[in-house]
Amino acid sequence: MTHPLPRPVDGAGAALPTIETRDLRKNFGAVEVLKSVSFRACEHQVVSIIGASGSGKSTFLRCLNFLEQPSGGEIRFKGESLHIDGAKGGARQRDIERLRRRTGMVFQQFNLWSHWTVLENVAKVPMHVHGVSKGLAEKRAIELLAKVGLAGKKDAYPSALSGGQQQRVAIARALAVDPELLLFDEPTSALDPELVGEVLTVIRSLAMEGRTMIVVTHEMGFAREVSDKVVFFHNGRIEEEGAPGEILKRPQSPRLGTFLSSTR
Amino acid sequence: MRWDVVATAFPALLSAVPMTLQLAFIAVAAGFFLAVLLAVARLSGIRGLSGLAYAYVYVIRGTPLLLQIFFIYYGAGQFDAVRASPFWPILREAYWCALLALSLNTAAYGSEIIRGGLMSVPKGQIEAARAFGLSGMRLFRLIVFPQALRVMLPAYGNELILLLKATSLASTITIIDVTGMARTLASQTYAPVEVFVCAGVIYLALTTLSTLAVQSVEGRLRRRGGLALQG
Ligand SMILES: Nc1ncnc2c1ncn2[C@@H]1O[C@H](COP(=O)(O)OP(=O)(O)O)[C@@H](O)[C@H]1O
Ligand SMILES: [Mg+2]
Repeated sequence: MTHPLPRPVDGAGAALPTIETRDLRKNFGAVEVLKSVSFRACEHQVVSIIGASGSGKSTFLRCLNFLEQPSGGEIRFKGESLHIDGAKGGARQRDIERLRRRTGMVFQQFNLWSHWTVLENVAKVPMHVHGVSKGLAEKRAIELLAKVGLAGKKDAYPSALSGGQQQRVAIARALAVDPELLLFDEPTSALDPELVGEVLTVIRSLAMEGRTMIVVTHEMGFAREVSDKVVFFHNGRIEEEGAPGEILKRPQSPRLGTFLSSTR
Repeated sequence: MRWDVVATAFPALLSAVPMTLQLAFIAVAAGFFLAVLLAVARLSGIRGLSGLAYAYVYVIRGTPLLLQIFFIYYGAGQFDAVRASPFWPILREAYWCALLALSLNTAAYGSEIIRGGLMSVPKGQIEAARAFGLSGMRLFRLIVFPQALRVMLPAYGNELILLLKATSLASTITIIDVTGMARTLASQTYAPVEVFVCAGVIYLALTTLSTLAVQSVEGRLRRRGGLALQG
C-alpha cells in the first residue's frame, strides 16, 4: 500500500505529535487498569492498538478524550497539556470540550442517535457544536455520505440500516467535524463477517488521505497493511510497539508472540 | 328509564365538565413540573436528595388518594403553622386543596414515568454525544429529552386518564365536578340510575377524547422519527 504523504514512523522526520500521553494511569477503585502508559500519535500517522480483551485498550482510548477521567499522568493534545499529575479534579472542563470538538470517535456499537435520520446524525454536531449553518452542514453531510457510499440512505433512520451501514454513517459523522484526530474502538467487532470489508475499505481510504488515526482493532491484516505503527497492550501497559512490518513479523516479547499466534 | 330526568340531568352534568377538566389538566401540568424535579433528584446520585425523592414517591404511591385529599382538606387546619402561613386562605378552600392533593399525587406517579424515560436513553448514545463535545443542557435538549419523550408519552397519557377519573374524589370535599353534580342530582330526583349512567357517559367521552389526543401526538412524533425505533 502506498501513501500519498510521507508517513513518519515514530521519531523519524519532523512530524508533530497530535496526541501524546505520559505516564498515563487509570484505576477503577482498587483495580489498576492502565499502568503508566506513554504513547504518541503524530500528524498523518495511523496507529493500531492490539492486545487481548481486557488489556485496557478501550479504557486507554476513552481516556484520550476524557470519556474516562485518567487517574494520573499527562495528556498533550497538539502540544497543549491537559492533565497534570495529581491535580485535583483533573483537566478543566473547558479544555476537555475543546479537545472533543477537534476529535472524532467511532464506537464498536456505532452509537448513532436513534431519533435522528442519517443526514441529521451527520449534520447536527457541526450545526450545534461548531456553529455551522444548517444549509452548509447538510451539504457537507451529503458529500460525506456519498463518500462512505450511503448518499441514498440520508432520510433513513439508523434502525433501518445494517450494522455495516450504521458504522459507515458513524464514520461520516466523525468526519463531519473535520477532526484533527480520529479514534476508532474496534469498529468492526460488532459486525457480521460479510460486513467487515465495507467498513475497513472506508477506514483504509481515510488512512490514504493522511488522517491522523488511532484504531483499536482485532483485524491483524488491517493493522499490518494500513498502520504506520502498531502498539501492543498487555495488562494495562504497552508491552511492545513498532512498525507493523517488524513487530508483527518478529515480535520481541514472548507475550506478543503468543498473542499473534492465537489470533491466526 | 326516566327520560325526563335524563333530559334535565344531562345539561346540568355537562355544566360541571369544566370543573372536572380544570382539576385534571391543572393537576397534570403542575404535577409534571414537580415530577421532573423528583425524577432529577432521584437520578442525581446525591444520596440525601434521591432518598428524599424516593421516600416521597413511596408514601404517595402507598396511600390512597382519598386519604391524601382528606389529610390536606381536614388536616392542614390543625397545624398552627399552616394557619399562620400566607397559604392558609388557599388551604381553606376545597378547590385548592383538591388541586394540591391531585397535583402532589400525580407528581409521584409522573416522576416514575419520567425516570423510566430518562433511563431508557441508551448510554452509548449519550457517550457519543459527549465525545463530540455536547454537554449540559444542550446534550439534554438534543439527545436525552427527545428520546425520553417517546418512551414517556404513552405512559403519561395513561396517567392523564387515570387522573381524569380520580378527580371524582374531589366531590367528597364539596367540589361540584361531574361526580359532585351527579350526587346532588341523584338525591334531588331519586333517579340514581339515570343520573349516574349519564355521568358515566360523560366520563367515557372525556377519556376517549383524551386518549385520541395523546395518540395523535404520539403519531406525530412517530412520523417525525420512529417511536418504535429503538436501538
Ligand atoms: N467502568 C469500569 N469499571 C470497572 N472496571 C472496568 C470499567 N471499564 C473497564 N474495566 C476493566 O478494565 C479492564 C480493561 O478493560 P478495557 O479497557 O475495556 O479492555 P479492552 O478494551 O482491551 O478489552 C477490564 O478488566 C475491565 O473489566
Ligand atoms: Mg475494548
